[in-house]
Amino acid sequence: MAMSLTAESPTAGPAVPGERPWARFALRRLGRLLVSLWVLVTASFAMIHLIPGDPVRGALGPTAPVELVEARRHALGLDDPLATQYLHYLKGLFTGDLGTSISSQLPVSDVVAQRLPATLSLAVLAFLGAVLVAIPLGVVMGVLTRRGHGRRTELAFTTTSVFVATVPDFLIGVALIYVFGIRLGWFPVAGDETASAYVLPVFSLAIGPAAILARIVRVEMVGVLEADFVRTARAKRLPARTVYLGHALPNAVTAALTLGGLLLGAMVAGTVLVENVFAWPGLGSTIVQSILTKDYPVVQAIVLVYGVGVLVTNLVVDVALAVLDPRSKIRED
Amino acid sequence: MQGRWSRVVRTPLGLTATVFVVALLALACLGPVLWGADADVVDTDNILAAPSGEHWAGTDNLGRDILLRVLVACRLSMLLALMAIVLAVVVGLLLGAAPFVLGRRTGRLVTAAVNIAVAFPGILLALFFAVVFGAGATGAVMAIGLAGAPAFARLTQTLVAGIAARDYIAAARMAGVGRVRILFRHVLPNIAEPLVVNATIGAGNALLSFAGLSFLGLGVQSPSYDWGRLLYDGIAAIYVNAAAALTPGAAVLVAGLAFNLFGESVAKGLGVSVGVGLRTVATTRAVVAAEPEAAAHDDEDVPEPSSDVVLDVRDLEVTFPGPAGPVRLVRGVSFEVRRGEAVGIVGESGSGKSMTALAITRLVADHGRVDATRLDLLGTDLLAPDTAVRRRMLGTSLAMVFQDPMTSFNPTRRIGAQLAEVATHHQGMTRREATARAVDRLTAVRIPDAATRVRQYPHEFSGGMRQRAMIGMGLMGKPSLIVADEPTTALDVTVQQQVLDLLTAIREADDVALVLISHDVTVVGEVCDRVMVMYAGRVVEDLPAADLATAARHPYTRALVEAVPDMATDLTRPLATIPGRPVSPADAPVGCAYADRCPLADARCRAEDPPLVADSGRHRVACWHAGEPLPPVRMTDDLVETVESL
Ligand code: SF4
Repeated sequence: MAMSLTAESPTAGPAVPGERPWARFALRRLGRLLVSLWVLVTASFAMIHLIPGDPVRGALGPTAPVELVEARRHALGLDDPLATQYLHYLKGLFTGDLGTSISSQLPVSDVVAQRLPATLSLAVLAFLGAVLVAIPLGVVMGVLTRRGHGRRTELAFTTTSVFVATVPDFLIGVALIYVFGIRLGWFPVAGDETASAYVLPVFSLAIGPAAILARIVRVEMVGVLEADFVRTARAKRLPARTVYLGHALPNAVTAALTLGGLLLGAMVAGTVLVENVFAWPGLGSTIVQSILTKDYPVVQAIVLVYGVGVLVTNLVVDVALAVLDPRSKIRED
Repeated sequence: MQGRWSRVVRTPLGLTATVFVVALLALACLGPVLWGADADVVDTDNILAAPSGEHWAGTDNLGRDILLRVLVACRLSMLLALMAIVLAVVVGLLLGAAPFVLGRRTGRLVTAAVNIAVAFPGILLALFFAVVFGAGATGAVMAIGLAGAPAFARLTQTLVAGIAARDYIAAARMAGVGRVRILFRHVLPNIAEPLVVNATIGAGNALLSFAGLSFLGLGVQSPSYDWGRLLYDGIAAIYVNAAAALTPGAAVLVAGLAFNLFGESVAKGLGVSVGVGLRTVATTRAVVAAEPEAAAHDDEDVPEPSSDVVLDVRDLEVTFPGPAGPVRLVRGVSFEVRRGEAVGIVGESGSGKSMTALAITRLVADHGRVDATRLDLLGTDLLAPDTAVRRRMLGTSLAMVFQDPMTSFNPTRRIGAQLAEVATHHQGMTRREATARAVDRLTAVRIPDAATRVRQYPHEFSGGMRQRAMIGMGLMGKPSLIVADEPTTALDVTVQQQVLDLLTAIREADDVALVLISHDVTVVGEVCDRVMVMYAGRVVEDLPAADLATAARHPYTRALVEAVPDMATDLTRPLATIPGRPVSPADAPVGCAYADRCPLADARCRAEDPPLVADSGRHRVACWHAGEPLPPVRMTDDLVETVESL
């Protein structure tokens, strides 16, 4: 009886039309984004100062003449007080000036602009591929293994997906190169010149997340199929397809979407390894090269780009969730 | 403790993982001792050789044996991974315990920082620290360790928060024991186990990450080598000798998986029960399948029902697989519902009343089994396979109202769309027509401003309004029968009456039949023409609602009626209760299921189940001693719980 009373309590009552849950949701979310951005920017600024010793000396090597080191230090603004440097850094970011590469002397913004598309297309294609495979697979497995059904199928699917998800993407990449690049010779194993060159990198990046996502969709689907509103949909005598896709799926997919967002963030970063496996001319190969050659302005900028990519992804996912599931924004209140 | 750990190795998976982990540890100890020197032997005549009898995995660009190098690299790979994971756990512990030690204000800052750090993928953090500490083994240990720390900090925070809420911590604090002391004496020992388990799983991941960093050239540097470094060298030569890349890759994978699985098995072994065995389920399934058809369909003997019968149910049985064999939740229920008639089904939970409702609407979960010699709605056999035609017929002539209107609407779709789809699917309406119909139906169930309401989501409706909308959904078609399963139980008392009145009004206006399932004999008595009382999956009495108070003959019905307070009840005295507990359908006795609680029970009752027989007119009762006077009702307040379980 206590339960039914709370169901009628004011919080669960009809929403007052004048109340603006959307505005509040957007404000709160924006606040969180700004704080995270500030932390990211500050961390990327601090990075170069955390390096033990003189980063310029480190970059130019022990044999470089003192004058050159001094000049470079000056050019990078490393002689200024820390606060001034910080302000300069922030100002530079707002004007799109990310500094100059130590090794190539090119503006860092040019380097990023030139390398970003390759990384972005790789990450986006892999994400789309993972989602397009995982959701149908998860839904089908969910229906096949719903309560009281398919215990063996469930065991086989769970075991396989756990295994696949544990294998790191760069090892999958190596295996794919061996099988499809070398043994079968079906696809190129390096570069991004042709469309077929995308196949192996996209696969190595997508397989793990697809397995995780499919597993979550299945679990959610099994849970949702037990829900009262699915029974209501069956009571309306809707065709099975409508019950599964129209009623169960939208509810199963919200949790999958939350996780998908995290996966997309991880995928953006996962490109670092996969790019290095496939000699992909993106940010990932560049950042590793730059770390090895101690080209710090480039490293700073790329860390920023990756970080912003992750933050923006999380934001998009949150907004998408709020649109898809009207309760979620209420739930947070 | 011993027993719990031994459970880890008892599963095949856990045993395999343990064997692998032990083997890896042995290899780490012995590898460099046994083959350290051989692995460095340069053979310039044999550069990048393919696998052969002499070199099983071929040689590298200096002619060194790949396989030996992979075996030797085990020590460094695992050592570095372990160092990284120890670092991650220690830093994570410090950060995670900080809120507890530093108090609320500072603690919140630390928590916020950890939350932000957790949002970034580990590889990004690792790259960040790799920059700071430089490329090399030390830098990589720091990078992977610190990158893993936020996750452990989050885990520690959660664990500590759980422990800190316990009474003995509060008591220790009250007694003035310092926070740090409490942390070491009381908190840490309690969270050590989950931390260790997670660290084991983390060790697998650290191993894989470390291989990643070394593979990028940011980890171990020549002439030292770990698996990642060997992979880095191998991939350059993959066209010449694929084994140079594949062998270290396989080693990394096997080791990473072994630690992961070992951790998972430990977690499972230390945790609670591992769930129901697969075999049990398979067996019960087989039993269900092997059971002969319980009810054969022999329609010939049964006289055709009179034309105003809407629902005709004979010998309805619902069976579900249970852990100890099939359980019959409904055991031979027969009844008819006529046009415009309201039939109530009353019973305690477990009496089979809800299962009967689901069975007559064909909504029993599909691992349950429904049998009947007849199950007809408007002359259509409900046991026949599902077809589009039948779906349309059921979708428009049979309406269902469920107990909880909050969970029975799809939270992600607008109310209007959920009503409209009945019309678009079954009545061939366009979306626009269907929405207009939905507005009309919502108005019919007295929802004000329906044109606005159709565009709202279920959570924007109040509970009573949701239930009315649910009834409105049933009215999208032209129902001949409404089945309402506890339609008011989840509602506020003030709106319960509205919903009942609405059901009555609909019934009277359109001559719609109603089956109302309820645990509340008063509700049923008020709304229905006829009441069926169910007990342990059977109907024990079926009588006109008007006769409930005066002419009930079954001891159980009489006890139910007794238990209802009325004007004459002296409220200062405890309510009359039915002693004992309802019998579980899984162990219904051979005789009368009510015998254990019945004041009239005798030897015959316990030996033979009384059949449901019609005595006068439409009054049916299943009792050997129907209508006999009852001994005085026991009134004890220690049995009040029984009424509450109703
Ligand atoms: S059959 Fe016997 S035990 Fe069962 S209700 Fe009647 S009197 Fe009681």
